[in-house]
Amino acid sequence: MDNLLSIVIFLPTVVALILAVVLRGEDAASQKNAKVLALVATLATFLWSLFLLAQFDPSDTGFQFVEEYEWLAGLKYKVGLDGISILFVMLTTFLMPIVIGACWNVTSRVKEYMIMFLLLETVMLAVFSALDIILFYVVFEAGLIPMFLIVGIWGGKDRIYAAFKLFLYTLLGSVLMLIAILYMWFEAGTTDIPTLMQHQFASENMVILGVTIVGGVQTLLFLGFFASFAVKLPMWPVHTWLPDAHVQAPTAGSVVLAAILLKMGGYGFLRFSLPMFPVGSDVMATFVMTLSVIAIIYTSFVALVQEDMKKLIAYSSVAHMGFVTMGIFTMNQQGLDGAIFQMISHGFISAALFLGVGVIYDRMHTREIDAYGGLVIRMPVYALIFMLFTMANVGLPGTSGFVGEFLTLAAAFKANTWIAFGATTGVILSACYALWLYRRVVFGDLIKESLKAITDMGMREKMMMAPLVVMTLLLGFYPALILDLIGPSVSALLEQVHAAQGAVMDAVPVAAN
Amino acid sequence: MISTDINTALPEIILAVYALAALMLGAYGGKDRLSGFIFWATAGVMAILGLMIAFAPAGTTTAFNGAFVNDAFARYTKVVVLFASAAMLLLSQDYLIKNKLFKFEFPILIALATLGMMLMVSAGDLMALYMGLELQSLALYVVASFRRNSIRSTEAGLKYFVLGALSSGLLLYGASLVYGFSGTTNFAGITETIQDERLGMGMLFGLVFLCVGMGFKISAAPFHMWTPDVYEGSPTPVTGFFATAPKVAAAGLFARVVHDAFGGAVADWQQIVAFLAFISLFLGSIAAIGQTNIKRLMAYSSIAHMGFALLGLAAGTQQGVQALLIYMAIYVTMNVGVFAFILNMERDGQPVTDIRSLGLYSHTQPLRAAALTALMFSLAGIPPLVGFFGKLFVLQAAVDAGMAWLAIAGVIASVIGAFYYLRIIYYIYFGDETDALSDRMPMLHKVAFYGAALIMIVGAINLFGITPIAADAAASLLK
Repeated sequence: MDNLLSIVIFLPTVVALILAVVLRGEDAASQKNAKVLALVATLATFLWSLFLLAQFDPSDTGFQFVEEYEWLAGLKYKVGLDGISILFVMLTTFLMPIVIGACWNVTSRVKEYMIMFLLLETVMLAVFSALDIILFYVVFEAGLIPMFLIVGIWGGKDRIYAAFKLFLYTLLGSVLMLIAILYMWFEAGTTDIPTLMQHQFASENMVILGVTIVGGVQTLLFLGFFASFAVKLPMWPVHTWLPDAHVQAPTAGSVVLAAILLKMGGYGFLRFSLPMFPVGSDVMATFVMTLSVIAIIYTSFVALVQEDMKKLIAYSSVAHMGFVTMGIFTMNQQGLDGAIFQMISHGFISAALFLGVGVIYDRMHTREIDAYGGLVIRMPVYALIFMLFTMANVGLPGTSGFVGEFLTLAAAFKANTWIAFGATTGVILSACYALWLYRRVVFGDLIKESLKAITDMGMREKMMMAPLVVMTLLLGFYPALILDLIGPSVSALLEQVHAAQGAVMDAVPVAAN
Repeated sequence: MISTDINTALPEIILAVYALAALMLGAYGGKDRLSGFIFWATAGVMAILGLMIAFAPAGTTTAFNGAFVNDAFARYTKVVVLFASAAMLLLSQDYLIKNKLFKFEFPILIALATLGMMLMVSAGDLMALYMGLELQSLALYVVASFRRNSIRSTEAGLKYFVLGALSSGLLLYGASLVYGFSGTTNFAGITETIQDERLGMGMLFGLVFLCVGMGFKISAAPFHMWTPDVYEGSPTPVTGFFATAPKVAAAGLFARVVHDAFGGAVADWQQIVAFLAFISLFLGSIAAIGQTNIKRLMAYSSIAHMGFALLGLAAGTQQGVQALLIYMAIYVTMNVGVFAFILNMERDGQPVTDIRSLGLYSHTQPLRAAALTALMFSLAGIPPLVGFFGKLFVLQAAVDAGMAWLAIAGVIASVIGAFYYLRIIYYIYFGDETDALSDRMPMLHKVAFYGAALIMIVGAINLFGITPIAADAAASLLK
């Protein structure tokens, strides 16, 4: 099977086209058909991607399943996977059936809704497997179109503001990356990502308008990419679009956004910033880590005072992404392992938390924390599952949340004690807001009249949660499952980064290690 | 000698002869009885000429002592111009019939304007340039005020004429300065007088005036003042026509003059073009935000798009010209699609131009809403739609030419510009319900509208192989 990867990437699009062309009508039966077809498509994609995983050889640090075709104007359609990207591909294919499951209650324009998610899946898979930098940019930004429409059409009351903010913020970040990409294309004469990873961009200090730029071109290119990834991830202080988008997005949209789309930013740092601009990364490492710590502490405090559950989880996502950027820019094995682990684990946990909010939102049509209380009496199963993910969010040992946080903190401690000190307080704060949320929603007396008749999770909701529960616990107890997969790729990446940094280290002082 | 000249300019001669013959036919055929026939015949002739030029033998030939150049660049631009004109002419029929403007003069004027455009892009001499430009402009002034009994339309025509005459005067003044200081009107001759890659003071003044005149014709800011008013006041098919073919021709002419006549002094005109591009990008993007009239909005949109096209030209390289050519072809396709839609925006038989009337259009017409959305995202330059690739090549040319600052300005302007395209999508999908627009859309319009939308989506596969053709064309211009 030479085209295994392309089949995985384009299968959802093909089904989306079939849906668009073949399916007619807005009655209940055709809505059902649309949902079933989308579910089958995403499940099939997941099964296909299991073949990828089975054939993947973790000891090989190069790209596997590489496919290359001529595209236009000397560009290439080139895709492939290494130990890092295969994880994100698997995360995407794994979560998409659950996302489709989360749309089951939607009744307006179901066909279009399914098409949007299927197209989004193709886009996300392509982002994680693109090996041509222009192709990467195209799919990276293409994701905005379905996301804009998902939030705008199926979102909540203030969806329009949120949709515009999401679109324009992300677009502004991305276009600066485009300029950096074009410069790299010009400078290196290629758009091939593996070649660019080996290319040494100039890193002599330069002076622009009287300002000395340490690391020169590399730092400027780094900043171009940083603008895009920092918005996407998001990092403080450009995170403000995320809470708005999350609150207004429908449940399934929130799940995709938190669990997969945010990871594009972290993936971008690993795939581009670190290997292509090692010196630039080194120059900016302390800056990025400082921003990460501010994000961890600041957004945790902000999360404490939220009255909207989705907003609280959104701020907690920003805090958790702070651990990711901190881990990446420690530039050591533990930090990178931890950052990747944290992204994958946050994919499961945040998905489950947003689904959990969706479960009670479907029943009560409010996300106000004050509107709930004492749910454990009527919804024991829900209380149990929600507790598991609250604990995972806090980073309780035995859940996957612990491993990522612990690794990144350990790595940060090696790199910079103060950074680690700051970030650790974030762990405490996360316990505060998460447990307090749990206490207010689930515990207490069931005194509100409206909640007296609430029903526990149904079969569909349990089915959606089950795989997430399994993965969270499995990765919590046996993290080697992921660490073995990424280990060789990460160490190869780091070796290359440090070699490149070492080559020019005479001129630039060492910040990390 | 003369027969080779005629052979070289054969398509233009055919079109000129056809236009005169059609005029006779219309005049003697009795009151507009032959209008329908002349419409189709004109579009047919233009399409055939387009094919004829597209499959013409490669290579560069000149005629009339170098005043007329037939090279790959001219052929590329002419093909785009001819097909755009033919498409807009066919699309205008329905509107003109409904508004009792279905007169046989209309296609003939369009044919003459097209002829002017063909001469413009083939100009190898300042006089040929002016002749082509004026032939085009005079025909366009008339069609702008084609709805004689409407104040808006006559006002548009008059404004266009007065400002157009002013810009023609400036251009002519610049041409006379260039002639005075170089001693020749021939582009090849002018290039030879340039020494050390710098222009003398007199030549520089001439160049500036030429650029002002041409900037007016492509509606680049700060010479754009006429555009919104003329776009709004003219009958909609005429607006659609303004937004397509003449823009391509003027951009082609601009590239022709700066590279053919002043190619030796890139640094001198580069700054002017970069300035025009910069101002147009921001003015077009910001001023459109407040517009609610879709025709005015498209006017500002075209200013911003011209800014992008000039960004490619400002690079001053072959790559830049190639990017410009690709950009113009994509731009025209998008505009033909959008105007095929705008022409059908009506309620109870009355044309509607307020974008708020699109409120929740997706409920009544899901397919059209989707196609319009694709076109809008493409105009905004969001990948993977084709509009993005136009911008990509332009930005690439600018970055490669060391004008990264201009490229950064361009992308920031495009983010600002994305807002108003998104706002149209917002009305279509999330807006407030309004009285539905009428469902009527003639077959021809559907073909153009859906076709353009489909091209925007499918084109991402390989841009229909346009890149090597544009590369050849650009190479022929820079030799």
